[in-house]
Amino acid sequence: MAQNHHAPDDGKTHMFDKPENVARVRYALYALCAISVVAELFIHRHVDHPWEVIPFFYCIYGFAACVILVLIAKEMRKVLMRDEDYYDE
Amino acid sequence: MMSSLLPFSIFFIGAGLALFTKGILRAAIMLAIPIVGAINLYMTPADAASNVTLLGYQLDLLRVDKLSLLFGYLFHLAAFLGIIFSLHVEDRVQHVAGLVYAGSALGAVFAGDFITLFIFWELLAVSSVFLILARRTERSYGAAMRYLLIQVGSGVIMLAGIGLYAMATGSTTIKQIGLQNWDQGFAGMASWLLLLAIGIKACFPLLHNWLTDAYPEATPTGTVFLSAFTTKVAIYTLARTFAGTELLVYIGAGMAMFPIFFAVIENDLRRVLAYSLINQVGFMVVGIGIGTSLAVNGAVSHAFNDVIFKGLLFMSMGAVLYRTGKINGSELGGLYKSMPWTTGFCMVGAASISAFPLFSGFVSKSMVMVAALEEHHSAVWLALLFASAGVFHHAGIKIPYFAFFAHDSGLRPKEAPINMLVAMGLAAAICIFNGSYPWLLYSMLPYPVDYQPYTAAHVLTQSQLLFFSALAFVWLQLRGLYPPELPGINIDAEWFYRRALPAIGHWGRNAAAAVYNEWLGLRGAVVRGANAGLYRLHGPDGVFGRTWPTGRMAFWTTVMLGAYVLTSYF
Repeated sequence: MAQNHHAPDDGKTHMFDKPENVARVRYALYALCAISVVAELFIHRHVDHPWEVIPFFYCIYGFAACVILVLIAKEMRKVLMRDEDYYDE
Repeated sequence: MMSSLLPFSIFFIGAGLALFTKGILRAAIMLAIPIVGAINLYMTPADAASNVTLLGYQLDLLRVDKLSLLFGYLFHLAAFLGIIFSLHVEDRVQHVAGLVYAGSALGAVFAGDFITLFIFWELLAVSSVFLILARRTERSYGAAMRYLLIQVGSGVIMLAGIGLYAMATGSTTIKQIGLQNWDQGFAGMASWLLLLAIGIKACFPLLHNWLTDAYPEATPTGTVFLSAFTTKVAIYTLARTFAGTELLVYIGAGMAMFPIFFAVIENDLRRVLAYSLINQVGFMVVGIGIGTSLAVNGAVSHAFNDVIFKGLLFMSMGAVLYRTGKINGSELGGLYKSMPWTTGFCMVGAASISAFPLFSGFVSKSMVMVAALEEHHSAVWLALLFASAGVFHHAGIKIPYFAFFAHDSGLRPKEAPINMLVAMGLAAAICIFNGSYPWLLYSMLPYPVDYQPYTAAHVLTQSQLLFFSALAFVWLQLRGLYPPELPGINIDAEWFYRRALPAIGHWGRNAAAAVYNEWLGLRGAVVRGANAGLYRLHGPDGVFGRTWPTGRMAFWTTVMLGAYVLTSYF
């Protein structure tokens, strides 16, 4: 796989060539997560589903769902993955 | 008495004109078709009807109501965007096939009786297959043949269902059927056959694999057309005939759930989108299964939004494929540097499918979710919420991340051609418009809308769900737990008809040949010699034997379709 520094960019650097810009995106996400947590203290969300009484239910569920999804999918790969020409023979 | 043209006829005439023109003239004709069609639809009076008699059957070619009009306008819009996106293509086959395909979808949604529906149902299959064949690779040819067999098979099952339905009710008018018990005689069998036929086109679990097999093998522009019509015609038909069928709630939840796991580990980014297409259709199937006015409104409005944002995502990946010749996540990355517009439009599509506030998915998917809670489908609601987080993960983050960011692939393709950018820009604008101002879409829905998407609680909970899903992605990446994009394929339900059944057939034939040879062995060397010669020519490696795999596949696919029919009887 060709690496970044061999790319024909004529010495031009792009936004995410700088690690600090990547970090900025991460910090922005952390800030959004924090704001959405704090906002729950001020916004009443009415409860229709029994699990919604759990504080910060949507934060927990969203995070847990994605971690579980990825971990299960990784295990599935062990069973399901084949060579690209598997069906071509 | 007709004061307007039939919607499909404009596309069919246009396809005829596109066949005999080229260059600028053909481009102008193709662009004019959906515009003329939409104006014609707008001028069509509410009581318009068109009946013809074919072989003694009364065909109702034009049934106009809010449901058919919504899908009618949607298909004109989708065709318009798809045509702009494919203007640079110099391939008569694709242009003509795309127009016939879009026209067939219109014919199907305005059909008032099942026989008309059947005709367009099959036309959808035979016209769209050319969009796959037009890739002109060996792999696309195989996928196209499998696609055609399964799609035509769906039509054959539908025809059987229609026949039984007509015998049971004396009518072929399309109306609410609902699932009936086996012991209801013909009416019961008819309802199961029709559900199966629609279920194949709608990608019910285990019947879904034609889509993830064939769509990623079509041309860069062909997949944009394919993603718009077939499954949405199925959703429309399902809403007409099986609204409120509880079984669909669970089928839909399964459809929303299982594809996201495949999408996470899939390397071909258009195949990732194909899995997420099934996932989104799952939400619609749940809505139809619930059947309340809120739920059906949700299903239908989500179908509208999905055609646009999924089309946009397929366009952005089509542009990447067109410019780089690559579509595997493992070979892409860093394209934002030279394709910034495509990157931006892709991210609008990603935000829309993920249902971010102000983007289109936010105002439609939630209707289905709220309806599920109202009807006390507690577990289904949790499944849909899981699927909502999951779709953000694989379509919202994975698609833009691995194509445009991630590790730098070193590729510096040119930005997409101007016509592609215009099509993507228009689709992105519609995504943001529908998300920010949903009232126009809501006014077109079949039932009056008493739903407010922009409550503080809804914005908060959806934002929390998505932000923390993104946080999970970052955390998994930083911890090195995220599965890397690897070259390879993942086996799915298709394994049964692409591997297991042929292997059984192969084994059976070899066993038979061995027994036969033993028997012949008793009859002396002369006969055995003759047989060896025959085997050399006709055996698995023989000159005549080489045509077997295709015939074998066709045969076993037919057997499997037959088995579907049988299992739905007993």
